[in-house]
Amino acid sequence: MVTTVTSYGRSGLSDWLVQRVSAVILAVYSIFMVLYLLLNPQIDFVQWSALFSGTGMRIFSLMALLSLGAHCWIGLWSVSTDYLKHFAVRFVFQMVVGLLMFIYTIWGVQLLWGL
Amino acid sequence: MLTVSIYRYHPELDEKPYMQDFQVDTGGKDIMVLDVLNLLKIQDRSLAYRRSCREGVCGSDGMNINGTNGLACITPLSSVVKNNKLVLRPLPALPVIRDLVIDMDQFYKQYEKIKPFLLNDTPAPGIERLQSPEEREKLDGLYECILCACCSTACPSFWWNPDRFIGPAGLLQAYRFLADSRDTATEERLAGLDDPFSVFRCHGIMNCVTVCPKGLNPTKAIGHIRNMLMTRAT
Repeated sequence: MVTTVTSYGRSGLSDWLVQRVSAVILAVYSIFMVLYLLLNPQIDFVQWSALFSGTGMRIFSLMALLSLGAHCWIGLWSVSTDYLKHFAVRFVFQMVVGLLMFIYTIWGVQLLWGL
Repeated sequence: MLTVSIYRYHPELDEKPYMQDFQVDTGGKDIMVLDVLNLLKIQDRSLAYRRSCREGVCGSDGMNINGTNGLACITPLSSVVKNNKLVLRPLPALPVIRDLVIDMDQFYKQYEKIKPFLLNDTPAPGIERLQSPEEREKLDGLYECILCACCSTACPSFWWNPDRFIGPAGLLQAYRFLADSRDTATEERLAGLDDPFSVFRCHGIMNCVTVCPKGLNPTKAIGHIRNMLMTRAT
């Protein structure tokens, strides 16, 4: 058993599962958004605003946003443990990525829910 | 004449490794790569490589042959040589002791981690622990591994984390004991694998499957371990 304290869920299985579930959510969200924009080429602000004012869309978007944060954290953590061999460099990189994911998530929630 | 380019390194004499070219007369025959090395050994007695059974059973002569890992003794020239050139290098990722001989310590350390022996805490029966033909069948495709290290040294995850990722060879054997009906330490074995490195550093690129000289499938075994971990945790 290899000990890690900076990985997303501390367990390999948990990270693996979160990575796969979040990938499916992001794929569905991306396909939905692309299809929506293709089917509504003349979209204006009113329609766009109406789309995001529905509770269902807000939940869907928040789910995609949280998935993006978790997916990035697990993926970039994995990349950092492969390629960044110096402990200090790796730790700083992981902390910066974690902080950025936190900022983007809070910022995204603020935008989505119009808080 | 076949041109053979070989990785040479003698740590006591050479400052750094270099490639040396040889010309070998194969007599137009489709001989094995190991036969070529044996012919070269006559030309240059200082050339170092491992070999033993010369029939793909001992796993000693794993090396990188024209860019792909394989066993020299069962690799015919016709399957690898292009433009009449053969390039031989040691297996990647592990430290070189001399020429094509590598230090396999790290590889064996990972193998040791998975406890490659039967663990059974029930009283030993009078004669032997029996298995049904179906139970025995589950070990097919697993027990045949000869630990040549061709797979693990072809795996980028093992290149970057040889101290933390068990690697395809070790994981194939981990599943060999998880799948064995005579082993009672399944829970203990699985608990030791549930971290982000030991199993989950495998990204399924299947280099291991491509290079395995015995035609085994470590990626499939890793998938089975993942499923067992998943079943245990949900």
